[in-house]
Amino acid sequence: MVLIFVDHSDSEIKKSSYEVLSYGAALAEKLGTSAEALLLGAVKDDLATLGNYGVSKVHQVSNDALNNLDAQVYARAVADAVTSLNADVIVFSHNQTGKAVAPRVAARLKAGLVAGAVALPDTSNGFVVKKNVFSGKAFANVNITSAIKIISLNPNSFQVKQTGGTASVEQLNITVSEPKVKVTSVNKVKGEVPLTEAEIVVSGGRGLKGPENWKMVEDLAHELHAATACSRPVADAGWRPHHEHVGQTGIQIAPNLYIAIGISGAIQHLAGVNRSKTIVVINKDPEAPFFKAADYGIVGDAFEVVPKLTDEIKKLKG
Amino acid sequence: MKILVCISKTPDTTSKISFKENNTKFEESGVQWIINPYDEWYALVRAIELKEKDASIQLHLISVGGADYDPVIRKALALGGDEAIRINATNNDSYFIAVQIAEVAKQGGYDLILTGKETIDYNSSSVGGMLAELLDVPYISLATKVEVNNSAATVNREIEGGEETDEVSLPVVISCQKGVAEQRIPNMRGIMAARTKPLKVIEPAAVEALTNVVSYELPAPKAGVKLVAADNVQELVRLLHEEAKVI
Ligand SMILES: Cc1cc2nc3c(=O)[nH]c(=O)nc-3n(C[C@H](O)[C@H](O)[C@H](O)COP(=O)(O)OP(=O)(O)OC[C@H]3O[C@@H](n4cnc5c(N)ncnc54)[C@H](O)[C@@H]3O)c2cc1C
Repeated sequence: MVLIFVDHSDSEIKKSSYEVLSYGAALAEKLGTSAEALLLGAVKDDLATLGNYGVSKVHQVSNDALNNLDAQVYARAVADAVTSLNADVIVFSHNQTGKAVAPRVAARLKAGLVAGAVALPDTSNGFVVKKNVFSGKAFANVNITSAIKIISLNPNSFQVKQTGGTASVEQLNITVSEPKVKVTSVNKVKGEVPLTEAEIVVSGGRGLKGPENWKMVEDLAHELHAATACSRPVADAGWRPHHEHVGQTGIQIAPNLYIAIGISGAIQHLAGVNRSKTIVVINKDPEAPFFKAADYGIVGDAFEVVPKLTDEIKKLKG
Repeated sequence: MKILVCISKTPDTTSKISFKENNTKFEESGVQWIINPYDEWYALVRAIELKEKDASIQLHLISVGGADYDPVIRKALALGGDEAIRINATNNDSYFIAVQIAEVAKQGGYDLILTGKETIDYNSSSVGGMLAELLDVPYISLATKVEVNNSAATVNREIEGGEETDEVSLPVVISCQKGVAEQRIPNMRGIMAARTKPLKVIEPAAVEALTNVVSYELPAPKAGVKLVAADNVQELVRLLHEEAKVI
């Protein structure tokens, strides 16, 4: 059985969870087995609707100790669920929660983990999972040799598929240990699209000259329901918050559309964004290396092009 | 207090990545090796800062790797730290690496173990969590701020769309990223001192890897850029809508 870990925050199931559900369901079909979901804690959503993403059952562990993520507590609960449900493959999202929990579960169950998978496993000769390596510059095909296998799927790597099914929801009775990590405050930027989940990302570089010029980037992002990002020197200079820094030493993203404005396209920057499905580059220098990695480009002054682009998109949507 | 910092060696960020032997091995010729930036800039520098405030802290570095790791370990020691331990084994499986470090950590009685949030070559973000599980201690991942007082740590960590502040008693394993500290350049005194700092080499524990790399591949090259004139932004929007179908 393929067991899919369903992640949630603020009582809502995360978008990345639908990706892992679809991935897990496709994997189960490939292996000729069933796909079931595991949810720790409580959400507002009706769990039966997860059947629409290909799972036949949803196992829920309701316990107040699971309201905050303590990786140790979560990992024990997941490992106990795997053992009691007899799962062979566990699928996580390679998001903040997956990065905290999946490695612990792997060590606890002595199960091989491929972290950052980008495709379904090739099972023709072993259990070989393709993953992102060298920060987006290459892929590795990694064979898992243990009996229990764990995959964490890179966000935005698998198409969500709705099947129209419904799932049965069952309470799973396992002992939940006392958390040792106490969460004293939570600080979320409200109303913003989280960068790793965004389908469209609008990103600015040093070519924008200063933080006061980001209004046009934000306007464009707003029109496109996009997240905003930036190059490293921009975050280093404090023009933008650190969590917007993408690249080899920042966040690696793979949105459907990445719009780079006034960014030269240094190798370290490209590493973090080159898995984007479509890349648009706006740069006044025709020699900027970014054009070599782009699908569409405009050679021009960002201060003229970007407001026009925002207007044209308004027209399209309006 | 005893602090252990995990140090990994990775290709320099400007390295051109290529493979050999039928795409089964990383082509190392011409590659410059550096300390994994997350290990160096954040985990190691933060540990050094803590030691600067409290000289009684013992700071040890640990790596799993062959003799080719030694120059990188010396570079790390030039920044700071009392001694380094190298477990003499080469393997890319995170579980194998975590078990090796856990064996040493169990003997060492460390209060705080810091890692980088991931290596820039394998990007797995896994060793810290596995290590914490093997040691049965809490794990705080993707930290952006680490404060330690006596027997507890206060840590900010990245969550989706923001941050949270956690309190946890020691011992704990923490993976570090931007915000935890600022990159430092080693000085001459540090480089000289590093030469005589102890670098213990120990043999690995017997453990089986749970994964192995079968092959590597490079991303398919882009077909080439389609340029649109700066006074024809409308055309770009049309292409994105009708051809790429992304808006
Ligand atoms: C170890 C290491 C790690 C690194 N990691 C990262 C990383 O993770 N992410 C990252 O981004 N960088 C990283 N870098 C830095 C990287 O090498 C580049 O220096 C950086 O990406 C450049 O940022 P930029 O493109 O914003 O600025 P620049 O290189 O200065 O480019 C600015 C661009 O704006 C264009 N421009 C100027 N004015 C206008 C205008 N009016 N209209 C349109 N275009 C204009 C210019 O033509 C130029 O191409 C790293 C470097 C090192 C050494």
